[in-house]
Amino acid sequence: MARDRLDGVRDHYDVIVIGAGLAGMTSANNLAKCGRSVLLLEQHYNFGGMATWFRRKGGHIFDISLHGFPIGMIKSCRKYWTREIADCIVQLKGIVFDNPQFQLKTPFDRADFTRILVERFGIAPETVESFFDTARRMDFYDDQSMTTRELFEKFFPGRSDVVRLLMEPITYANGSTLDDPAITYGIVFSNFMSRGVYIFQGGTDKLIQMMRQEMVRTGVDLRKQVQVERIVVEDGRACGVIANGRRISAGAVLSNANLKTTVEKLVGPEHCPDELLEETRAVRLNNSSCQVYMGIKKGERIDYIGDLLFTSVSDVFDTKAMCARDVTSRTFSMYYPDTRPGSDRYAIVSSTNANWNDWANLSPEDYQRDKAHLIETTLAALEKYVPDIRSKLDHVEASTPVTFHHYTQQMHGSTFGTKFEGLKVSMDLPNHIPGLFHAGSVGIIMSGWLGAINYGVIVANELETYMFEQARTGGHDDTISTTEPMRS
Amino acid sequence: MGQQQVKEIILKIIETIAPDADLSDVKSDVRLRDQLDMDSMDFLDIVMELRKRYKVEVPKEDYMQLETLDSCAAYLAPKFEAVAAS
Ligand SMILES: Cc1cc2nc3c(=O)[nH]c(=O)nc-3n(C[C@H](O)[C@H](O)[C@H](O)COP(=O)(O)OP(=O)(O)OC[C@H]3O[C@@H](n4cnc5c(N)ncnc54)[C@H](O)[C@@H]3O)c2cc1C
Repeated sequence: MARDRLDGVRDHYDVIVIGAGLAGMTSANNLAKCGRSVLLLEQHYNFGGMATWFRRKGGHIFDISLHGFPIGMIKSCRKYWTREIADCIVQLKGIVFDNPQFQLKTPFDRADFTRILVERFGIAPETVESFFDTARRMDFYDDQSMTTRELFEKFFPGRSDVVRLLMEPITYANGSTLDDPAITYGIVFSNFMSRGVYIFQGGTDKLIQMMRQEMVRTGVDLRKQVQVERIVVEDGRACGVIANGRRISAGAVLSNANLKTTVEKLVGPEHCPDELLEETRAVRLNNSSCQVYMGIKKGERIDYIGDLLFTSVSDVFDTKAMCARDVTSRTFSMYYPDTRPGSDRYAIVSSTNANWNDWANLSPEDYQRDKAHLIETTLAALEKYVPDIRSKLDHVEASTPVTFHHYTQQMHGSTFGTKFEGLKVSMDLPNHIPGLFHAGSVGIIMSGWLGAINYGVIVANELETYMFEQARTGGHDDTISTTEPMRS
Repeated sequence: MGQQQVKEIILKIIETIAPDADLSDVKSDVRLRDQLDMDSMDFLDIVMELRKRYKVEVPKEDYMQLETLDSCAAYLAPKFEAVAAS
């Protein structure tokens, strides 16, 4: 008989968290530290969600989403996790751009971008200064009608090369386009492109292991391979879940599943106020990704050519082309042995943005054919940077939007959850269904590793406020104040 | 509880949130954000610590009351008293 993954689980908890992605784990840990009894349920056999890794024969280990995050991660990990976790975060010094418009290498900080824009692109220093300051000052409360395209047009009219330099990494980092609100660009840009790109030394496996240990210490009841089938809503209030067929009750439920899945599937239309359902249906998803994982043979080495390579053969920057199946832009993440100190192994992961619809409806034969094509074209593109790559590797495989969906149940394999408008729906959820909270990738600011962690904290605070009020009023007060998201 | 005590409590909380910050010379009437490189997550941390340690709840619409040490003291002192009295 299959092992009962819910063995020893109690009938009631203060909070049940659905999903052990970075947002879910951070919320769970935070609430446990506040003295709440917390049950964390994850359907996969690993914790981490998109922050994950896998091993292959021959001693290979591949990271899925460890390509780079902003410096703010150090502070957030120290505050919401542990000093040991924060201490493993290191800067990537060699960020390379290579496309028909320019080739350059940069530590990716304000000083160097300023130098590049002035010396190489001939932009007036005052303009650069004023652009950086404008981006820095942008706040969630600012006017949202200006698009990123208009922002660039204002500062760098007609300069598609400048737009490419300043936008391409952000598009990779969060799938945003020139039509997204300028403020979301400004906030992410200030976080990301002003003080460098960082990663977790030791690999995703080590990070998740450390987080798991911390959650054991803080007393979270952790369960994996448990599928939450339903969120139980009674008298309009969320009061538990049904998982692996068993009902478990809770004072509040926090879902880290995709926002649309949470509302449309886990709660279900029959328990949803119409307004919430309509708003949720209108929320758009972000695009997904394809990746190619290349494992280098034991004993082989690769010269240092930079850490993160933004490459493109497209004449100009174009977010639509970046998602197309006929790939023109790739990011290569180079994993040298110091990614995992003590190891002597190298790996390369190529990432491209991709559309769910290009991959989801293929016949098995076509799917395999397209995957093989993806691998072949990726190797061909990589040969420009690592000429003898084919003879150096002894493992290569690809993942597609279908793969991401399969493992994380993230709707349409979306890399960064929903678009911007999802944030409002996510934040408003407890006003429609008291006791139900959502923390997970919604829009540009609240996704990525740092965004997910910070949003996990923001929502844990909302939930604590709710529990606090419940205790004070004996559960009779069902008005909860709405939240304005914070600038992270 | 006196306003001076509230200021000390806030500084103690900030010390745990930003262990590297120099708190020896924080001005009471200048925005904390401007003196200490604090972002909105840090202010949220203050709110969470106030709840956790002192059972003092700061509703969202009042977050801007935490701008300076002076405004913290004026706003929070009655709240600390209310908790103590209950
Ligand atoms: C290819 C790729 C590259 C990326 N690169 C970067 C990068 O370089 N830097 C960066 O900062 N970010 C990157 N990201 C994005 C980042 O990984 C995500 O934004 C972040 O990890 C999302 O965390 P989350 O908590 O919102 O959700 P998720 O990670 O999606 O977690 C949700 C969890 O809930 C579980 N779950 C869902 N439904 C149920 C259910 N019904 N029952 C039980 N469990 C359930 C899932 O299994 C999953 O574990 C990348 C993502 C991808 C896919």
